[in-house]
Amino acid sequence: MSFATSQPTAPIAQSSTISGFGHAAQAIEALWWRDIVRFYRQRSRIVGALATPLLFWLLLGSGFSGSFRAGGAESSVGYATFFYPGVMVMIVLFTAIFSTISVIEDRREGFLQAVLVAPISRAAIVAGKILGGSTLALGQAAILLAAMPWLDIHPGASGVALAVLVLTLISFALTGLGFIIAWQLDSTQGFHAIMNLVLMPMWLLSGAFFPPQGASSWLRPLIVMNPLTYGVAALREALAPGAAGVDAPSFGFSLGVTFVFALATFLIARILANRPLDTRLA
Amino acid sequence: MGETIIEACGLGHLYGERRALDKVSFGVPRGEIFGLLGPNGGGKTTLFRILATLIRAGEGRARIDGHDVSDEPHAVRQRLGVAFQSPSLDGLLTVRENLQHHARLQGLGRADTLHRVAELLEAFDLGERAEARVATLSGGLARRVDLARALLHRPAVLLLDEPTTGLDPGARRELWRHLDALRTRDGSTVLVSTHLMEDAERCDRLLLLDRGQVVALDTPENLRHDVGGDVIVVHGGDPQVLADDILRTLGETAAVVDGTCRIRRQRGHEFVPVLFEALPGRIEAISVGRPTLEDVFLQRTGRHLLEERSADE
Repeated sequence: MSFATSQPTAPIAQSSTISGFGHAAQAIEALWWRDIVRFYRQRSRIVGALATPLLFWLLLGSGFSGSFRAGGAESSVGYATFFYPGVMVMIVLFTAIFSTISVIEDRREGFLQAVLVAPISRAAIVAGKILGGSTLALGQAAILLAAMPWLDIHPGASGVALAVLVLTLISFALTGLGFIIAWQLDSTQGFHAIMNLVLMPMWLLSGAFFPPQGASSWLRPLIVMNPLTYGVAALREALAPGAAGVDAPSFGFSLGVTFVFALATFLIARILANRPLDTRLA
Repeated sequence: MGETIIEACGLGHLYGERRALDKVSFGVPRGEIFGLLGPNGGGKTTLFRILATLIRAGEGRARIDGHDVSDEPHAVRQRLGVAFQSPSLDGLLTVRENLQHHARLQGLGRADTLHRVAELLEAFDLGERAEARVATLSGGLARRVDLARALLHRPAVLLLDEPTTGLDPGARRELWRHLDALRTRDGSTVLVSTHLMEDAERCDRLLLLDRGQVVALDTPENLRHDVGGDVIVVHGGDPQVLADDILRTLGETAAVVDGTCRIRRQRGHEFVPVLFEALPGRIEAISVGRPTLEDVFLQRTGRHLLEERSADE
């Protein structure tokens, strides 16, 4: 049996550990990798991740398109074209946020403590976690993107590239939001409750489902203040220029707000993670 | 004794109104197995978390290998290996994947990670289960993987929180065999928090903590010696009734511990026949032995180690 080296009293093997930026990148990669492995080892999550977009794909592609046209609204834009970005955002929203439930489980099961006493910055922990959730959310969005030709949506290569950019930012922002909420909660039940309280209104008031221009006056400020509104607008504009309507915010502005949203959730998550764990752990 | 590697000076901590730690000071020389013994809620966990850099001490300072745990957490974390009460492992990952994941977090390079993981799998006899998912392992085996995890980066100081909780006697002995080997071969310093006598007996020195305060600090041997005399353990019916009768008939104070009645006396063997005569037909079994750490705790605090399972820690 040999536990270590010939230098028993050496403080640590400094020479063999990498430091600084390389270490942070490696830690982020390790945390990201763990989230991906955990995902594909849980069959129910894979089924859910594949089935949800496929279900919407089917429903949107055939089921409801007739009923929407019969209503007469949005006659210039097909139902699928209007509704599609909203569905995409919804799927990203749920996957991204629910991936952060593992923060609560990790703390309860003791996994998180070992991560917290590893010599890595809290920013790296937050980044690894957010990247893991974002990757899973983007993967699901990609399935929906692949379905576009069958739904008669033809954004072209540059449109797809812009859509991926917007979806990446939205995924990042929403995983960050999930992290902020999960970090402060002790039970997964509480997480679900808050999610329903915050997420559903956030999605409904983002213009994903109803055109924001038609909202009543008391809802308008809520829609304008909702950062997700701009994610949906940017995505809609990327996939079908002009589809969002004339009084919708411009693509550049929407993209900017979404970027700030992503940056803000990351920074807030980082601040929270930096606070020493105190009584909550006791 | 070598240089002091863990140093605590006037540590204190409050959770709201409740004082969890009060003016705790001690030093641990390099290469020692140092035990924190006390009842649940006595302050062990708070002290452990301060040393592990998870919470900041409200008062006082602590240093690990010369680095302040509050001001230089990064330097301290590089030198610490920590195993918590429940193993910090991902059940969905295999044993090898868990170790590799943690080695990456610790900053080991790719080659060093492979080498170190292989080395520890062998040292802890985990080779055959390396590709098994951790969720399928027994508690004892998972604990061993977790200990290996804490040692990946060759920490100078190992902190273990209740490491034998939930282990059967065989697995417990096995764990201690590994800890002893670590100390003798590598000169590692180990700090163990526990509320179990068997664990405490194995430490070089013990810090007895009660209600957040240091009650005693010495070797298990010296602590027992200070109690002095013998301990007579009497079994027979309700221990409290027995203790009351012993006090009434013989004027001797008996403590009720763990369903037994214990009397501390010089020359205990001479007291045994006296007990039999005073309590005819009531005694089912009786033993005379040296004081245990339980007796030490009882004498120093007037309370038992095993009681006071408070809900808040």
